[in-house]
Amino acid sequence: MKLIFERSTQGAGASTQYLPSCDVPEVRLSGKMRSRQLRLPSLPEVEVDRHYSELARNAHGVNDGFYPLGSCTMKYNPAVNEDAAALPGFTKIHPLQDDETKKGCIKLADELKKYLCEITGMDAMTLQPAAGAHGEFTGLLLIKAYHRSKGDLKRTKIIVPDSAHGTNPASASMAGFEVVSIPSDENGCVDLAALKAAVGEDTAGLMLTNPNTVGLFDPNILEITGIVHEAGGLCYYDGANLNAVMGIARPGDMGFDVVHLNLHKTFATPHGGGGPGSGPSGCKEFLRPFLPDTDDPMSIGAVRSFSGNFLVAVKAYAYLISIGAEGVPEAAKGAVLNANYMKTKLADLYPMAYDTVCMHEFVMSLEKMKHEIGVSALDVAKAMLDHGIHPPTMYFPLIVHEALMVEPTETETKETLDEAVQLLRDIHAAAYADPEKMHQLPLHTTVGRLDEVGAARNPVIRYEFEA
Amino acid sequence: MIFPKELKYSKTHEWIRFEDETTAYIGITDYAQSELGDLVFVNLPQEGDDVAMGEPFADVESVKAVSDVISPVSGTVSEVNEILADEPQMMNESPYEAWFVKVTDISEQEELMDAEAYEAFVQENN
Amino acid sequence: MGSYVPNTSRQQEEMLRECGLKGFNDLYRDVPETVLLKDKLALPEGMSEMEVIRHMEDLAGMNTVYRHILRGAGAYNHYIPSIVGEIAGKETFRTAYTPYQAEISQGVLQSIFEYQTDICELTGMDASNASVYDGAVAAAEGCEMCRDRKRSRILVSSAVDPKTVKVVRTYSFGRDVEVTMVPEKDGATDLDALKEMLGPDVSCLLIQHPNYFGILEDMDSAVSLVHEAGAKVVVSCNPISLAVLETPGEYGADIAVGEGQPLGIPLSNGGPYLGFMASTAKMMRRLPGRIVGQTVDCNGKRAYVLTLQAREQHIRREKASSNICSNEALCALRASAYMAAMGPEGLEKAAVQCTSKAHYLLERLEEAGLKRTYEKEFFHEFVTEGPKTDEILKALSGNGILGGLPLGDGKILWCATEMNTKEELDETAAIVKEVLGS
Repeated sequence: MKLIFERSTQGAGASTQYLPSCDVPEVRLSGKMRSRQLRLPSLPEVEVDRHYSELARNAHGVNDGFYPLGSCTMKYNPAVNEDAAALPGFTKIHPLQDDETKKGCIKLADELKKYLCEITGMDAMTLQPAAGAHGEFTGLLLIKAYHRSKGDLKRTKIIVPDSAHGTNPASASMAGFEVVSIPSDENGCVDLAALKAAVGEDTAGLMLTNPNTVGLFDPNILEITGIVHEAGGLCYYDGANLNAVMGIARPGDMGFDVVHLNLHKTFATPHGGGGPGSGPSGCKEFLRPFLPDTDDPMSIGAVRSFSGNFLVAVKAYAYLISIGAEGVPEAAKGAVLNANYMKTKLADLYPMAYDTVCMHEFVMSLEKMKHEIGVSALDVAKAMLDHGIHPPTMYFPLIVHEALMVEPTETETKETLDEAVQLLRDIHAAAYADPEKMHQLPLHTTVGRLDEVGAARNPVIRYEFEA
Repeated sequence: MIFPKELKYSKTHEWIRFEDETTAYIGITDYAQSELGDLVFVNLPQEGDDVAMGEPFADVESVKAVSDVISPVSGTVSEVNEILADEPQMMNESPYEAWFVKVTDISEQEELMDAEAYEAFVQENN
Repeated sequence: MGSYVPNTSRQQEEMLRECGLKGFNDLYRDVPETVLLKDKLALPEGMSEMEVIRHMEDLAGMNTVYRHILRGAGAYNHYIPSIVGEIAGKETFRTAYTPYQAEISQGVLQSIFEYQTDICELTGMDASNASVYDGAVAAAEGCEMCRDRKRSRILVSSAVDPKTVKVVRTYSFGRDVEVTMVPEKDGATDLDALKEMLGPDVSCLLIQHPNYFGILEDMDSAVSLVHEAGAKVVVSCNPISLAVLETPGEYGADIAVGEGQPLGIPLSNGGPYLGFMASTAKMMRRLPGRIVGQTVDCNGKRAYVLTLQAREQHIRREKASSNICSNEALCALRASAYMAAMGPEGLEKAAVQCTSKAHYLLERLEEAGLKRTYEKEFFHEFVTEGPKTDEILKALSGNGILGGLPLGDGKILWCATEMNTKEELDETAAIVKEVLGS
């Protein structure tokens, strides 16, 4: 594919049709002006359009096919939500308009916060964080501010299980905490003895995903949050996996004090090729004064300029009022059932890292296959690319070797799941028939396997124009 | 796998070449580079930084992982091998020429192995 | 009621059976009894799609959509060519995840590579990341890039947008880093004060150009003062202004950041927006977040891939300098599509019209009785002072015009862009004159 810069026809047919000519006297600044030529693409609109259509053809979205990417909750993104977010009464509102001129925005945000509090069992919520990791950072600052407000400066450590997403320890570091990693037990859950040994007077809190990253609901959840509270720490709920339990069980009832949600996972807003997301942070009443984006003198301040990725909130709100009170647990049950169904249909060929009823996702370990025929989780994932199915998450969680993490979501039909199961079974057979060939796959994609080492050793991260 | 005789080795797979009792060059071993795979970058300390025995002083990156490099001695970094930043493949291709730092004023050192002992140590760990 | 669960209850029963389970309760057997929700959620009943869209229209209808907008202060009303929305609306771009599987994600990866090139061209810098949440976060992350063991204190000009300052302070609370404000003098950074404040513990100066009051800073002097003291310069800039103004690369900034919203992203009550970040080649590996690089595939064909990933949280975990994972990819795509449609000439035209219209508005407002607060050269925002601020803004609002932002003490921060016609600027001045004359 040509880069847009290579399609450029500088000067010829450049699009200047968008703006009228200036109707006031032209003013040129006298200060220091740009002397370097601005080499942006210059091409007629039809060529711009075709360029991006070509790029779109060489990508894969939820609309293109099944997307069982573990821990990402790639559910269908309903079309009506897009229409709602495109209303001029939302898109044309300046964020610094007076409150009385944007009552609709405020009402929507307030109702969404109320619904999210209800779903999580929290008392207060902010929509300001722009993504999950941003919500984590916000929640951890609440914990920091809380301990500081009590004059407790020695609580400097955040406990994180070794199965956690990388954002958890990274967020804790950014919030100025030292990270204490604790091992998981043989069931992939929190090792209670290790937790007991880790907590103390220096514990600021614990970060946990539940269901956890291996797709299991930790049955000891009440003991876990109890141990942390007993030691004077707070409990942080990473909402990455909330889709499994929304409307079934609430983090607030499990003993958590702070949560973040991912509207772009659980609440059906699209991922946009990497963003924008939205990561609301919720908390119990005693942490409310510390929330960002308020006038409270105890507030931690602000984590971005304005009050959040508003249009993403609009889409999540439209989703929630559409499915309603009964639809929320129905979605969760559907997600958990779809995962268990796929898991059951694959378990005889693909060893499961934890052989028990799973939540919304499950983890397969291809260690045996790697050992027997040298075919890795990567090879199996790459084989799937030739068949229009996005592969599962690879090599995560880190505590499972040769991991493939499958999250089908509730919006997929049984037929789709059956096809995916059949494909994985066929790949298994093909691997044992001809292991060598597996390392060459995929064959039918835009490009073959890439030289990632070369890319990192000699980074070329922008187009270089010919002199 | 190469284990040059003139070098000393740590249990965390660094080699060390003493110029005299208080001056030495440090790098990672052939075994270390083969375990880490294709290395793409190294984060090096700055000249004048202090290094402490048993503490990381640099890290090496492959495409999918990052690993600490642990100092077997305490002392001061007097020279840094900047070439590695531009040619990270040197760490894979000739690990014993690809020194990371020169350390001077060495005040203490951990118990180090000679080539023979290190070779046995590596085999034992495999 | 809407439902996006396609399997029928009969199918679900069959699936449960195949799993060897009696019912849904079996799926949740690990959840302690006391934690299971007993009551239905206190949410409204579900709605049909028709009801949903009507409800949303009602909410949107409660907001005032202004005919004319003369307010900026961090969010700017620009013309967005129709093609931009069409491109960003393509389903595949909208519904894809981060391009982890490069072989089926070349379209998304290439669009990010092109975006990185656009940002480098715009700023004159060497390296760009794939975006962060917004301009204020970009500034906070930019400051963090400059910190090292010996230097941690951040100097921030008082002429930086106060919302950005607030975010930098919040991020600094997390990292336990000290932030010191450099005073402003006549609407620009006080360089004499800056010189006094620079010391061996200072990591960087955060400065905005054009600044919060629209004024062009003396970047050459600021950069040389900071560099002489061994610290770095993080400049927050308006991307439209970069079509005409000297670039951060030319005046020697170490890091250029900014709010990318003016590049084809609607106002949207504040988000989603786009934080852009660019640096010198030397600081490339300190950039947070995703970066796309060019490489080749196994057949030697040119291709793109996420690169330098060992900087990031999923590999470096607690040692990563930033926790960012999701970014603002679709907004970055909008920005690229906007720049491609407008082209260099179109962008320059927009920039020149911004300046021209802002200067025209200032003249008319001065005639109407408001006083210009700062005499320095400005891009497309300026400050006036005078009596009856509330009455002026109210009268404008009554006529469908969103006036400038009140800054207190009778000051108003105005902004004009290519969207404001001579006619409406004249109308604005007439309304102001009427209020002041009455």
